[in-house]
Amino acid sequence: MSITKTTTGVVETTKTNGGFTGAAANYIDERTSISTAVKELGRKIFPDHWSFLLGEVALYSFVIILLSGTFLTFFFSASMAPVHYEGSYVPLKGVEMSAAMSSSLNISFDIRGGLLMRQVHHWAALLFVASIGLHMLRIYFTGAFRKPRELNWVIGFILFILAMAEGFTGYSLPDDLLSGNGLRIIDGMVKGIPLIGTWISFLLFGGEFPGEAIVGRLYSLHILLLPAIIIALIAMHLLFVVVHKHTQYPGAGRTNQNVVGYPVLPVYAAKAGGFFFIVFGVVMLIASLFTINPIWNYGPYDPSPVSAGTQPDWYIGFADGALRLIPPGLEFVWLDRTWSFNILIPLISLGLFILVVLIYPFIEAWVTGDKREHHILDRPRNAPTRTAIGAAGVTFYAALWSTASSDIIATHFHVTMEGVIHACQFATIVGPFIAFFVAKRVCLALQKKDREIVLHGYESGRIVRLPGGEYIEVHQPVDEYERWKLVSYSDYKPLMIRPNDQGKITTGQRLRGGLSRWFFEDRIVPVTTTELEQSHGDHH
Amino acid sequence: MTKTNTPKPARVRKSGRRSPLASVALIAIGLLFTGGAYALFSTSTASAQTDASSQQTIGEGQKLFASNCATCHGLGAAGTGSGPSLIGVGAASVDFQVGTGRMPMQMDGPQAEKKAVVFTDEQIAALAAYVASLAPGPAIPDARYLDAQGDSAKGAELFRINCAMCHNVAGAGGALTEGKFAPALDGVSAQHIYEAMITGPQSMPVFNDMNISPESKRDIITYLKYLENNPSPGGYALGSLGPVSEGLFLWIFGLGAIVGLTVWITAKSN
Repeated sequence: MSITKTTTGVVETTKTNGGFTGAAANYIDERTSISTAVKELGRKIFPDHWSFLLGEVALYSFVIILLSGTFLTFFFSASMAPVHYEGSYVPLKGVEMSAAMSSSLNISFDIRGGLLMRQVHHWAALLFVASIGLHMLRIYFTGAFRKPRELNWVIGFILFILAMAEGFTGYSLPDDLLSGNGLRIIDGMVKGIPLIGTWISFLLFGGEFPGEAIVGRLYSLHILLLPAIIIALIAMHLLFVVVHKHTQYPGAGRTNQNVVGYPVLPVYAAKAGGFFFIVFGVVMLIASLFTINPIWNYGPYDPSPVSAGTQPDWYIGFADGALRLIPPGLEFVWLDRTWSFNILIPLISLGLFILVVLIYPFIEAWVTGDKREHHILDRPRNAPTRTAIGAAGVTFYAALWSTASSDIIATHFHVTMEGVIHACQFATIVGPFIAFFVAKRVCLALQKKDREIVLHGYESGRIVRLPGGEYIEVHQPVDEYERWKLVSYSDYKPLMIRPNDQGKITTGQRLRGGLSRWFFEDRIVPVTTTELEQSHGDHH
Repeated sequence: MTKTNTPKPARVRKSGRRSPLASVALIAIGLLFTGGAYALFSTSTASAQTDASSQQTIGEGQKLFASNCATCHGLGAAGTGSGPSLIGVGAASVDFQVGTGRMPMQMDGPQAEKKAVVFTDEQIAALAAYVASLAPGPAIPDARYLDAQGDSAKGAELFRINCAMCHNVAGAGGALTEGKFAPALDGVSAQHIYEAMITGPQSMPVFNDMNISPESKRDIITYLKYLENNPSPGGYALGSLGPVSEGLFLWIFGLGAIVGLTVWITAKSN
């Protein structure tokens, strides 16, 4: 604007100063005072790192799901009333099925763009949950859940659970053979809960499975209740990100008091906006080239057939795997009731697993006793026990997950089904311990290497003979930027157990002390300034 | 199609050397010729089947049997410790097992696997005739049940109820216990599918004519041929294996591509 003024030499009045955009912005601002918000948000700084975009991928796939899902609701009929299919797919012509299945088939074959939209919806759903999972792993392994972000971890994790619920309810809607089989497994799990199970199942299905109510009910949950909660929680999740400011990786000039990166406007907003279209493009490409959930192969639901290779979508796989792992003979009658421990054990262990993940930030905060705010991320190696716990958790989950495909593994790798199951049982129970040990040792070794590099620099491979005849290898000192990254991390020592006011040591204190020792007894302390100076002295 | 299309070029080339009806006639002759040849061929196979029972063919089959199969199945096909008795298994069983290369078996394993066929069609027919001559058993199916012109919707329903639990709804195959498996059905000939149903090879149960009528078997074959000849409407089918291959694809290629793009978008410009 100032350039225009000087070149044209015409002094314009303030009213027409910014042209149409300026006038419009002024008009809106005078009525909404939005400039404060824009000033605040537009100058918000976001650090640049690829792993910070994973949450965005989840958000964008959710938007894609909303758009494609809205299209699908125009044509889907959530009714289990029996009809005879009269659409254009020949091998199902005249077959009796529910209106839900028939309308899903019509979306696939007789509505323009319907099949593409179905596939976009389903692929985007798989991507949604997968990107949440990856995002969560990034948060975990970099310690981004520490104060002040514990609550946002909880919100995010609830979003992950809700996304799975959304996925499962959606998977059940077409009322094809696969979705009916999935519902039957859920029905079985519910019925396996002692005392209340059967009642809950009848309540859920409006009578004996499958009944005529479940699709309509799941539809209400799928398009109304669950998305509403998800949107509300996403809003809170993002609000917290703005309030807390974004975390950043350690590096020169980055502290707990600042954020180094780009402002939202214009660079970051442009990048993020463009990235939405990239994600949309990838989903579209996959959806137009690859079949997903071919309901026409599965046919309408009928309680008697079950297809080989019947699996849930990937995100429910861990629960299916847990059921497959349970050895036989755990069901017995006691007190005139059937106790299905073959179902209760997986239910309880998965419940505990989910609970531990949900409250992990609080557990760690309690063990470390650290009340400081953390805005600088940990490199995973600098928190060896946390990283090892994460590795154990990932191994446990992955073992359950791969068990869900035990039959496919058996046929495609030419091994026996029993062998696969036993291997997976081993991997589920022993695997986490191995992973814990290996990950912790690897972290400590990497920390030692970092320390070595800081103190003595890189080995240059150049051998020099000193005048006295001594041979030394010249070490190239690490540069200051790199050194910042290597030395700046928070170090914890095992807590000392201290008696309280009454002079007693409580059990809680003992437990905390024990956990703290387990967390921090093996540790590599960061290089101190004194050590650094001494090491320089050695070499000069 | 040909009839509606031919008049147009005919009007354009009125002075041409060829009569406008020439191409129609040519196609008609061609069709007649192939049809005739096909009819001749099918009658010749039918007559071959009738001679198959002739003493000479049986004798040939017996010789082949003695030199290739008797080690395990015994000289009189009565079975030994290493192979079952073949008395009463019928020609269909021999045609399936030998015609798909499962027999002679290459090695002991959880089950005999499909491999390159060892014998010629005549030799297989002779073996089948020999085994069929020992005792009555399921015969090689009639060609009218193998034309894949039945009701695919009924076939699909029967397939889902009777076959899909092992062979998967799309016939992609599935796992059984102890390393055995139900093979994929893509590319299996109609005759072999029919024979498998009536003889129940290896772990497969027998679906006799009381259980699934020959017409229904024809419907099942119709459905399988429909799947084979019509590619998935949704694009590449990822092996028709269901959610496992979809999930694997999404994690490796979908999320892989996305992560690659995040790296690209946050890369520092030079």
